[in-house]
Amino acid sequence: MILDLKKLKLRSVNEKLQNIDRKKNKRDFTISNPEGNHAICAGLTENIDVTIKGHVGYYCAGMNQNANIIVDGNVGTGVAENMMSGKVHVKGNASQSAGATAHGGTLIIDGDASSRCGISMKGIDIIVKGSVGHMSAFMAQSGNLVVCGDAGEALGDSLYETDIYVKGKVKSLGADCEEKKMSKKHKIKLKELLKKAGSNIKPEQFKRYGSARKLYNFNIDNVSNY
Amino acid sequence: MCGIVGIYLKSKKFEKSLGGMLSKMLVSMESRGPDSAGFAIYNSDKNKIYKYSVCLNEMSFEKFKKEIKKKVKFTTIEKNSDHVILKSTEKPNKILPILEDFSTISLVGYGKSIEIFKQVGKPSNVVKKFNLDNFSGTHAIGHTRMATESAITTDGSHPYSTGEDECLVHNGSLSNHNNLRRKLKKSGSKFSSDNDTEVAAGYISNSLKKRNLKKTLNKGLKDLDGFYTFIAGTHSGFAVLRDEIACKPAVIAETKDYVAISSEFQAMAHLPDVHYAKIFEPEPGIVYSWGK
Repeated sequence: MILDLKKLKLRSVNEKLQNIDRKKNKRDFTISNPEGNHAICAGLTENIDVTIKGHVGYYCAGMNQNANIIVDGNVGTGVAENMMSGKVHVKGNASQSAGATAHGGTLIIDGDASSRCGISMKGIDIIVKGSVGHMSAFMAQSGNLVVCGDAGEALGDSLYETDIYVKGKVKSLGADCEEKKMSKKHKIKLKELLKKAGSNIKPEQFKRYGSARKLYNFNIDNVSNY
Repeated sequence: MCGIVGIYLKSKKFEKSLGGMLSKMLVSMESRGPDSAGFAIYNSDKNKIYKYSVCLNEMSFEKFKKEIKKKVKFTTIEKNSDHVILKSTEKPNKILPILEDFSTISLVGYGKSIEIFKQVGKPSNVVKKFNLDNFSGTHAIGHTRMATESAITTDGSHPYSTGEDECLVHNGSLSNHNNLRRKLKKSGSKFSSDNDTEVAAGYISNSLKKRNLKKTLNKGLKDLDGFYTFIAGTHSGFAVLRDEIACKPAVIAETKDYVAISSEFQAMAHLPDVHYAKIFEPEPGIVYSWGK
């Protein structure tokens, strides 16, 4: 079913996709003429397939649960922010804060993601085939961030327990982020993640980064700094 | 918040429709800036005539025309809503002091190619009021303002022009503008508002006396403290700069015919061939410039 945003209002399109009748078999939708609108496909809860043909604005596929959303274009700020489950696949580039605070699901970005990709992520798997900008995985708590290109400044600043895998160069690591050993367990996990994104790059080509866990507790030696 | 937009034409193809293209961009950025709007549009400077863009404020056109004709011989004087464009072969050093003597009007810009119009109100009303759709030119810059640090007035609206054929629009806020204003005043710069962006425009004009636009903006990375995406225009083109934290958005679309920049992609969604354009976000702390 084609939903044309030149003819239909964004709110009615979102309402339709948010209220899928489970008894019916219509589970495949295409949105045409998105024209950079914000919040397209926000708050979907059912296991449906949606393809968006064109570039979208902010918070596309925000809070997604179960739905499989493909964006055939670029996305603005906060794609798949606070996603709980499901899959979002961006065929172009993503703006800042992609996958922010997301608890679950998979976000695949074929192009680059700009700054703060995966900020405060809480369980999502993000696979970026290009590069990510500065402050990516800032305060990231859980889940995996895979970057097939390079990472910008202050990667993984104030990191908790997210695993970060980068194939290219890392401009700099943020506070409390350090390179970790790539164990067999991690290689298997990374291979699985890359496979999800349709990539056959070898896990051996990546480096793993994680938390040094020095910010978890207050260090009394720093008391004079406050 | 605020919305910023700009178009630089690489070929002559869209010169006649430049105003219409910019107008739609401004209207689609109304949600980012409903308080006021303004635009600077650059047209060829072949005939060496200076154009002075003036906002009349409370003064009537007839009264202004009568008064100004006593003092200066203009080739033309064109009225566009509450703005006028004075065209003269007389140089700015002669005309500017005369215009400054009028206490009620505001000079919003001057140069051989620039024309500036700005006013309070919704962007959709402002573009209609000045008939932006009918303008042609080589490049143009616009702004929709959501006022944060100074009043909603014409003087508080963007673009700011503080030098010949120069202008600046800004999405963001500067934190060291008061100090910088004091310093610039000492070196002779004049300001008409308490606005932070006007200070950045003054800073750029001051620096352009010594260096080119790219070097000026690179120096600005050190001297201007705050959040910003800037579009700075000159007679030959424009440059874009985002601060190094890059909280303020910007997206660029480039085709063989034009370069467009806006705060959000939706402002460019109507542009011709935009779906075949190279679309990218300007990287933080990097100066991007286009010009002849």
